Order: sequence, then structure tokens, then C-alpha cells
Amino acid sequence: MLKSAKTSRLLASPYLAWAFIFILVPLGMILYYGLTDDAGAFTLQNITYIAKPAYFKSLLLALELGVISTVICFLLAYPLGMILAGMKLGRHEFILTLFILPMWMNFLLRTLTWMTLLERKGVLNDILGLLHLPPVYIINTPAAIVIGMVYNFLPFMILPIYNSLSKIDDNVINAARDLGADPLQTFLRVTLPLSVPGIISGITMVFIPALTTFAISAMLGGSKVLLIGNVIEQEFTVAYDWHLGSGMSIILMLFILINMVISSVSDRKEAG
Amino acid sequence: MSKDLILLEHISKSYDGQMILDDLSLSIHENSFVTLLGPSGCGKTTTLRILGGFETPDSGKVVFDGKDITGLAPNKRQLNTVFQKYALFTHLDIAENIAFGLKIKNKSKSYIDDKIKYALKLVNLEGFEHRMPDSLSGGQQQRIAIARAIVNEPKVLLLDEPLGALDLKLRQDMQYELIRLKNELGITFLYVTHDQEEALTMSDHIVVMNQGYIQQEGSPEKIYNEPENAFVADFIGDSNIIPATMVRDELVEILGAKFACVDKDFGENKPVDVVIRPEDVELVSPEKGTLTGEVTHIIFKGVHYEMTVQAGGFEWLVHSTRMSAPGTKVGITVDPFNIQIMNRPASEDEEAISENA
Amino acid sequence: MKKTFEKIYLTLIFIFMYAPIAALIVLSFNASKSRAKWGGFTLEWYANLLSDSEVLDALINTLVIAFIATIFATLIGTVTCIAMMGLKRRSRAIIMGITNIPMINADIVTGISLMLLFRIMNVSTGFLTVVLAHITFNIPFVMLSVMPRMKELNPSVYEAALDLGATPYTAFTKTVLPDLLPAIISGALMAFTMSLDDFIITYFTKGSGFDTLSTLIYNEVKRGIQPEIYALSAIIFTVVLLLLLFINRVPHKLSIPHK
Repeated sequence: MLKSAKTSRLLASPYLAWAFIFILVPLGMILYYGLTDDAGAFTLQNITYIAKPAYFKSLLLALELGVISTVICFLLAYPLGMILAGMKLGRHEFILTLFILPMWMNFLLRTLTWMTLLERKGVLNDILGLLHLPPVYIINTPAAIVIGMVYNFLPFMILPIYNSLSKIDDNVINAARDLGADPLQTFLRVTLPLSVPGIISGITMVFIPALTTFAISAMLGGSKVLLIGNVIEQEFTVAYDWHLGSGMSIILMLFILINMVISSVSDRKEAG
Repeated sequence: MSKDLILLEHISKSYDGQMILDDLSLSIHENSFVTLLGPSGCGKTTTLRILGGFETPDSGKVVFDGKDITGLAPNKRQLNTVFQKYALFTHLDIAENIAFGLKIKNKSKSYIDDKIKYALKLVNLEGFEHRMPDSLSGGQQQRIAIARAIVNEPKVLLLDEPLGALDLKLRQDMQYELIRLKNELGITFLYVTHDQEEALTMSDHIVVMNQGYIQQEGSPEKIYNEPENAFVADFIGDSNIIPATMVRDELVEILGAKFACVDKDFGENKPVDVVIRPEDVELVSPEKGTLTGEVTHIIFKGVHYEMTVQAGGFEWLVHSTRMSAPGTKVGITVDPFNIQIMNRPASEDEEAISENA
Repeated sequence: MKKTFEKIYLTLIFIFMYAPIAALIVLSFNASKSRAKWGGFTLEWYANLLSDSEVLDALINTLVIAFIATIFATLIGTVTCIAMMGLKRRSRAIIMGITNIPMINADIVTGISLMLLFRIMNVSTGFLTVVLAHITFNIPFVMLSVMPRMKELNPSVYEAALDLGATPYTAFTKTVLPDLLPAIISGALMAFTMSLDDFIITYFTKGSGFDTLSTLIYNEVKRGIQPEIYALSAIIFTVVLLLLLFINRVPHKLSIPHK
């Protein structure tokens, strides 16, 4: 449409400048601080710090809770996606909207909600009390964090899974039945493999924010449960150790990179 | 004569209060090539889906090889379907697509490998085992869809507008291919299409459907030459459908002129409709014509000229290899064998069936 | 039978998603400060909220930041998408690659990297830095909304306009822009929502003494939840609900925010 490459370059230049200053340079700074010491000399010390028990524990716990939340989200979202896709929503997409709407409500308020529910004298224990059941003390435990993650990130799993399932042609399912597959075989051999792209993007969209969160753990885990996100946050806002904080950030980015590689490999395998 | 392999008995089906099939009964002979032909929404695809087991009729019975299979799940039926737009498994390669049904049935690896080779040879796609469906052209995907169905050795192959997505040339090639396959496999083909030419080319037996009713069934020749009502005449090829009066046996008055014909037993002075195919209208010099008129339009169509002739207050469609320029005065004659007489619809209801195509 | 199971399942997930929000809204009308008891209906917390200048300031900050960031992000994003059509495939791939970085990267890393930038450049953190940060993470949402529509555009329409004697400017505003408009609007709405919702990146780029609603809530929560927060939640939830109903009336595909 724009025939002149010169005009195009001119129009693209503001964003290129912006992206350079506000995306690339800041990332470069993280790399610089992460790989240098106070004197500005190259070091891997900020990265290897992760091997220290306290830090390693926070990374391990973040990975563990991230994986658990992702698995729970998947197990809850897949049947939901199948039911919604089976309903042939078409023009009635508001039903889908209903299930992803909480995603648009302020993230902190969603987490705050669960603080209120799970507190020692919170709403959940009130209800249990009315039913003459023993109270549960979940707040400030990893379980509370997992609940918060699942509640916050479930819509991110529902949407891509629903999208990939609703794209499957009915006749492909019919073809499997026609060729002798029973409903379970049809699911395992056709429906599930065809929805893998949606599953992968759902996993990415739940796992990365779960792995890197600090707000959910700060609110629902109290000061008792530290995740890698909390460690990084404190390096910058409390300890003011930019080098160490950047080093830990690099480690986080490595995990994001690994996740990207895994998902693009399985995506390519799907596409043949 | 071969026996009936499939019997549909008084099948009715409606969606959301809309009647799709109304008390439809149909029998399909073993080893025949049967085509369900009709416009979209006529119920032909629903009929096929009921046979495949993807729909359950509201009432009626489906009998296959002497057994009632009305409520049987699709995976338990001894027939296979070639779907519209192929419905290949895009996550599996060609060999895995073809092997799908055989693996479900736990056939041995060597048996499956042999079958894949055989099927690919049959559809002329040898060496395609490890290609992915997305990398194939429409025509190739169609062949794979057929190969995937026939390796299961079904007694009947159901084909749901399988050529609809292909371009004209490819469609014609595939028509011959399908006839060849049918002859080599020696099984029954039940074919659904809205394309009358496809139906006439391939079928042994055509079932013309409209609005959930069977309008007429019979051999392609019979359907083309002796349409039983205006819908069939209009849907199959071009035709001149003209209100007329049957004067007596073998004589019909069309637009005020008397034409000899071969039909009998319609009674005397009975209103009827006549069907005359455009290629059966002969243009002669005005004095030799039973009717006279004037050529109003002419288009060159390659094999023949298509002309419209205004004669007796009716616009005749005429196909001829000889051209007559617009404005030419011409006479019209028709060979008695080429005049097909149809009863006028007796009731309004019947009329609705044939006219609301 | 199967239908019944499906309905039960949908209902359970629905309850899981909405019961907590409902509980919050009920608490916002609870006269008792203790969450354990129902002390009668009151609007006191709403009244307190509206007279709380800290909250009102944060609210204004949130809205102004979202508004400014959306306008800039929409402008830059749209212009870049248009420019992309005239660029070589490789340059396009590079630009899209860079654009994807803030989408894929963890918010905490994006936030920290911007904080480092502002500190090192000696920009005092506050309103300005938050706006800059928001523009940065909003541009990708606009571009990812406009780009697909851009690719679907039929260039012949633009050429036909030129052919019929239009100047390039008129041809663009009369043919291309109207086609892009739904995608631009949907990208802008997405950016606006993302801005309103953001906590993490704002948290790292705001400095002290400056708050948006998100960061204010975070601070308050750390001090202990006051009933006013419930009133605030109820209001925000209602506003978001209304906003979404409005967005749903604008034709667009539901895109996925990466937060």
C-alpha cells in the first residue's frame, strides 16, 4: 500500500526508537547488572547465588506451586472448554465471556477476595462454623497461594483451550467414529492431540505469571512463604542490591526462554 | 437382480420444529452406485448422516443387511463415510490417517502396511505415506479421504458432496476415478450431491429429493428423459416447461398448436405440463414449423448455440449447432418422442412441493 | 444425563469464580467491622471512601494514566502497523519480535528493567515514568489487534481510490482507516483495560508517594484490610462489568491479555 520504503521507514521510526529505549536498553541493563559486581567487573556470582539454600528454596517452591497451579487450571479448564465448545456458542459467546470476565477485574482485588475468604476468622471459616465443621487454617500456607494462582489465572487457561477445541471440525470427530473409534478412543486419538496448541498456550499463560508472581504470595502467603518473585522484589525495594536482583531476574528469564523453546518445538511437531 | 442392502423405512427427522425428512422410504441395492440429488436443504445430507449414525431419526427404521441399525453407534456400523471437505486428521500423516480405522481394530502391523500401500496405489498417490494432510492439494486430500475409508472394507461407502470443494476440471477427472474405484472395489456407493451433471455421469440410480421428499427415482436416462414433475424437469438440465392440453391420446396442444406425441391415458382435453429439452427443439423454416416465432437472443456456448425464440407467447430455450441471427423468423417442430407429458399437480400441497425449490 | 453433568460442572466453576466476588460485595455493605458477623446494612464505607482524598487521588491517577497511555500507544501502534506494510518481510519479523518481548516476558522483569532505566537516567519516578511504562506495555496490545486486520486489507481498494483521482491522503482516510477502525478501537480498549488493571509494572516504576488504585490497594492490604477496600472493590467490579458489556458491543475477537 505504501509504495515508498522511505515513508515506511519514517513512519516506523518513532516506535523503533521507543522500543529501543524502553524495551531493549532496559533488558540490556538487567543483563549488565546481573553479570557485573559493584566495581563493574564481569562476574557470574549474582547468578550462582541461586544455589544458596534460601534462594534455591524460593525458586524450587515457585516452580512447584507454578506447576501445581498450572495442572489444576488445566484439569478444571479442559472439561469446561469441551462443554463450552460442544454448546456451539456462535452468537452466544457471552456465556464464554462470563467465564473469563473475572480476568478483567483488578488482579489485586481478586487476590484480596481470597484473603478475606481464607483468613483465620474469614468467611470460609464462618460458613464452616455455621455447618458445625472444624475451621481450616489455609491462609499463609502454600495451599492459599495455589488457590490464589488458580483463581487468578484460570481464565488464561480456559480461553486458548476453548478456542482450539471450538475450531475442530465436527466432521473430523465424526470421521473418527465412522472409522470405528469409540468415544474414548476418539477423544484420546483425535480431540486431545488437535487441542495441543491451545493447551500449550494455556500452560504458558498460566505458568509464567504463576512462576514469577510476588503479589499473590505476599498477600496469601504472608511473610512466611517466599517465592523467587518475592526475593527479586525485595532485592530491589528493600535490600537495594540491583546486581543480585538482576541476576535472579536473568534466571527467571531463562525459565521463560525454556518454556518458549518447549512450546515452539511441540507447536512445530503439531504442524508437522 | 441383486438384493437390497439398505432399507430406510418411514424416516422422519426435524430440527427446531422444521421438518427435514418426512416419512422417507428408500431401498438401496447391493453393488449399485446410488446418488441422492437435490438442492441444499432438501434432506439428502441428513439422510446420509442418519445412515452413518451421526443423526438419529425421530421415527422410522434403518435396516442394513437385514438388521435394524437405527440406534447403533457410528463406530459399530459396517459402512464408512467420505466427508465434505475431507475431514482428514491434520495431526497425523497420510499413512497414519489411512491406518486409523485399522489400528482401532487392532490389525497387525504388516496387514496395516499392506493395506496402506494398496489403498495409496488404488487412489494413485503412491509414496505419499509420510506427507502431512495440509501439504496436499484438495484433490489429493479427497483421494486420501477415500483411501482412509475403503481400507476398512466397508460394504457401503457414503460420500457427502466429496467433489464440492474441487475446481471444475479436477471434479470431472475425479468423477471417472470414482466410477473406476467403484468397479474395482465392487461395493455399494451412496453419493450425495447437488450437481445434476455429477449425478447423471456416475450413478446407476438417482434419487431426486426436494424439501424432505423423494421427487423421483430411477436410472439417469429415465430421470433426464422422463421427469415426472416440474421440479425434476427443472432441476435436471435446462428445459422448456409449458402448460398444455392433452387433446387425446398421442396428441397435445401446446400454445395453440397441435403436436404429435407418444403418451397415452391422460384422458381427453386434460390440462397437463409438457417438458421439452432445449436440444430437442428443432428450428426449421417458418412454413415447415408447427409453431412460428422469432429468434430474440443468441449466445455461443462452444458445443452449441443457445437461443431464445419467442413463439406462441412463450420464450423457448433452444440449443442448436446451427445459428440463427436475432430477428430471424423460424418455425418450431419437436419429434413426438421428445415431448414429455406431466400431470399438472392435483392439489395445492403437491404444487408447493414441486415449486418451492 | 450428560447434559445434567455438564450443567452441574458449569455451575460449580461459575460459583468458584463469582462467589468470592459476591462475598466481597456483601461485606462492603456490612456495618460490622468484623468480617465474621453481619452487623446490618450500611453505606458508611462508601461514604468514607468518597471523602478519602488518598483514594480519590489514586483513582484520578489511574484514569489519567490509562487515558494518556492509551492515546499514545494507539497512535504509535497504528502508525507502526501501517508502516510495516511497506517494509521488507525481514524488518517486519524483527519489529514483531521486539514487540513480542513485553508480551512474553514476565511483568516483574519488565517492571524492574524499566525501573533500572529510570534510575540510571536519573528520571525521578512518579507520574511520568508510570505513563512511559504503560505506553510501552500497551503498544503491543494495539499492534496485535491492528496487524491481523491490516494483513486482511485489500490493497486494491486503496489503489482504486487513487485510480479514481483521490490524493494518497484522502485515499487513506476514506478507504484504509475506516476498515482499520474497529481493530484500532478494540486495541485501544484493550490497552485501556490493561492500564487500569496493571499492578506489577506500576509498582516498580511509580516511586514513593505516588499511587494508582492497584498500588494503593496493595499498600492498604499490607496494613490490614479496611472495609472501605470492599466498597472500592464493589465499585471497581461494577465499573469493569459495565465496561466489558460496552466492549462486547464493539465487534472484535477476544484477545488474550498476557498478565
